[in-house]
Amino acid sequence: MIPFDFEYYKPKTIQESVDLFQTLTEEGKHPVFFSGGTEIITLGRINHLYTEAVIDIRDIPACKVMEFDEHYLYLGAGRSLTEIEDANYFPLLTATSKEIADHTARNKITLGGNICANIFYREAVLPLLISDSQVFIGGPEGIKAEPIMRIFDKKLQLKEGEFLIQICTERKYLGVPYVTVKKRKQGDTGYPLITVAVLKIDENINVAISGLCPFPFRSEQMETYLNNSNYSIKERIDLAVKHIPDPILSDTEGSSEYRLFVLKNTLLDCLTELERGNM
Amino acid sequence: MKLTSLMLNINGEDRTVIVRPADTLLEILREKLGLTGSKPGCLNGDCGACTVMVNQRTMKSCLMLGVEGEGTEITTIEGLKGTPIQQAFVENFAFQCGYCTPGFIMNSQALIQAHPNADDEKIKEWLESNICRCTGYEEIEKAIMSVIKNPGT
Repeated sequence: MIPFDFEYYKPKTIQESVDLFQTLTEEGKHPVFFSGGTEIITLGRINHLYTEAVIDIRDIPACKVMEFDEHYLYLGAGRSLTEIEDANYFPLLTATSKEIADHTARNKITLGGNICANIFYREAVLPLLISDSQVFIGGPEGIKAEPIMRIFDKKLQLKEGEFLIQICTERKYLGVPYVTVKKRKQGDTGYPLITVAVLKIDENINVAISGLCPFPFRSEQMETYLNNSNYSIKERIDLAVKHIPDPILSDTEGSSEYRLFVLKNTLLDCLTELERGNM
Repeated sequence: MKLTSLMLNINGEDRTVIVRPADTLLEILREKLGLTGSKPGCLNGDCGACTVMVNQRTMKSCLMLGVEGEGTEITTIEGLKGTPIQQAFVENFAFQCGYCTPGFIMNSQALIQAHPNADDEKIKEWLESNICRCTGYEEIEKAIMSVIKNPGT
């Protein structure tokens, strides 16, 4: 049982959502935007999150899109991960998403909810980081579009009252070679030790990593080394890992030393596979 | 305490309930509507014992607020009657303590409806959503496979 009460709102427009957030904030209700809501429900149940009002964004048409135009694929933040997997417009996103939680949970978890969550892993963001996707954000200043690489620093840098509406990805990224690997401590279920998503475009390799640090990231500095063909793949990886952002996680899933060991081996597998053209 | 009146369509019937917006669907099913087939297990979205169908998609009812269910079609284990998968669970002894059974049956039924010819990979992907503490997975798998291979029985 969630041990506190809150009001539930389901606005139909972006403006209505923004206005609601402002009004509820002024009333001292600490509103939160609600997409799949799984984290709000589970953290609320154990008193790790408190709110007196939730604003469910899934009735907003812009949050429900899943369509193409001439150049881009648009995915609404309110779409569930399984809806996105079933459509399979972005195979790398499908493959990465399929490893998140479990199938039934992914019927509830949304793309926006996963990206904006508090949980360390947030693996749905990895394909979007390495495909230079753009995000559309609604807030008191209207709607803005930002490259995800500019606005995602450890987490999506949203200001008070802003929320993720949709993500768009250039078509040219949708069919490129990729590898996505999730390594767990044991078996096929459970939290990840390391998740790595890699794609190859214009002979360059883009890499994003989750589970290594307490946030997902793509490091262009690491990519500079990983793409330096003057070195062997192993040498490139050894150079790249010197630029991993701090801190490396050390917990019951694995020590920081073990995570680093697994990362290096996983990168070796991914890069070897991509260089072989074998995906 | 903030209360709201809610109309939920459950197993084909419209049911009106007075709930807190913070109540999960699982709590409403069990405590307001007496539909105790959906089991509280982890209450954290991990075990699948509370699985129901919402608009034909599986849903862990502990991860869904009741208010989210308005305007949807909710099916609980009480709404399944004489389905091949229920019979298959009996014939294949796919029970031990039985606590996880409603969740497994709901997930299996949704799988069979969505993918009548599901391959092993699809079955594994879907069934990973549920946990059997007694580890009766072999029999559960046999039950599901028997329906997928012989859909008319």
